[in-house]
Amino acid sequence: MRTVVLGVPDWPGHRAGQHLDVRLTAEDGYSAEREYSIATAPGEAVAITVERLDDGEVSPYLTEELRHGDELELRGPIGGYFVWDPEDESPLLLVAGGSGIVPLRAMLRHRRRSGSNVPVRLLYSSRTLEDVIYRAELDEPADGIEVAYTLTREQPPGWSGYARRVDAELLADIAWPADDGALAFVCGPTSFVETVANGLVELGYPPNRVKTERFGATGR
Amino acid sequence: MEALDGNAIGGLLLDVFGAEMTTAEGVCAECGTTGPVAQLVVYLEAPGTVARCRGCSAILMVMVEVRGITCVDLRGLAELERTS
Repeated sequence: MRTVVLGVPDWPGHRAGQHLDVRLTAEDGYSAEREYSIATAPGEAVAITVERLDDGEVSPYLTEELRHGDELELRGPIGGYFVWDPEDESPLLLVAGGSGIVPLRAMLRHRRRSGSNVPVRLLYSSRTLEDVIYRAELDEPADGIEVAYTLTREQPPGWSGYARRVDAELLADIAWPADDGALAFVCGPTSFVETVANGLVELGYPPNRVKTERFGATGR
Repeated sequence: MEALDGNAIGGLLLDVFGAEMTTAEGVCAECGTTGPVAQLVVYLEAPGTVARCRGCSAILMVMVEVRGITCVDLRGLAELERTS
């Protein structure tokens, strides 16, 4: 896992939750493109957090080969659906599976930088504690932000958080009651997102208040 | 092959339409389901890129790149309207 800060000439600015595309082109002209969520808030330097996939075409280069001063071909910022603006004052429910935390972290940073005080509940599912990204940052006490972890594969001794895959009961524990008019952002692998989004709708969330973004093994 | 969603083709659509399209509202010509492009079911390596209706699975968009030209088929859409 590596977070890469990008100096982008003429960057038009981005919104919390947007992504960008990185294209790598080999000398023989073969090119591969992957999308990465922007990990930082609007107004901060653009950064992406890349998980190394052993059989990946792009992530091994970004995590191991890329050096300070190297140039990358980028396209972005991209997306207008999976974005949060502080003007929306509804309580926020953020649900992340694995590296799905990246765009949600941008939202949390944006909330802090913009002085927003909307209450936030974050549910973050990881395989192990070592797989939790931004853990130190997420564990910093912050007014109005509640963070819950679930570790699905392995838990350290004395673990007091959840220890199973997200299910209806766990969602009901964490999610704002449907009557609170919360806005939910769910990001993770496809099957995770389907489970959470369907679960929230069953809890009474209107589908248009559940924003989703899915990625696969070849994606972020 | 794993299904993603329309967020994954935001960059491709930006190239094709010259505008942010994931918030555009699409109407399925088959079943009438209406919703943002970001919520379509997307397959990236079909070959080519295929976006299907989340309601009835009808094929709404097909985009294939051939020698640097992107061929776009939107026949499955009754409407595609940018809201912003």
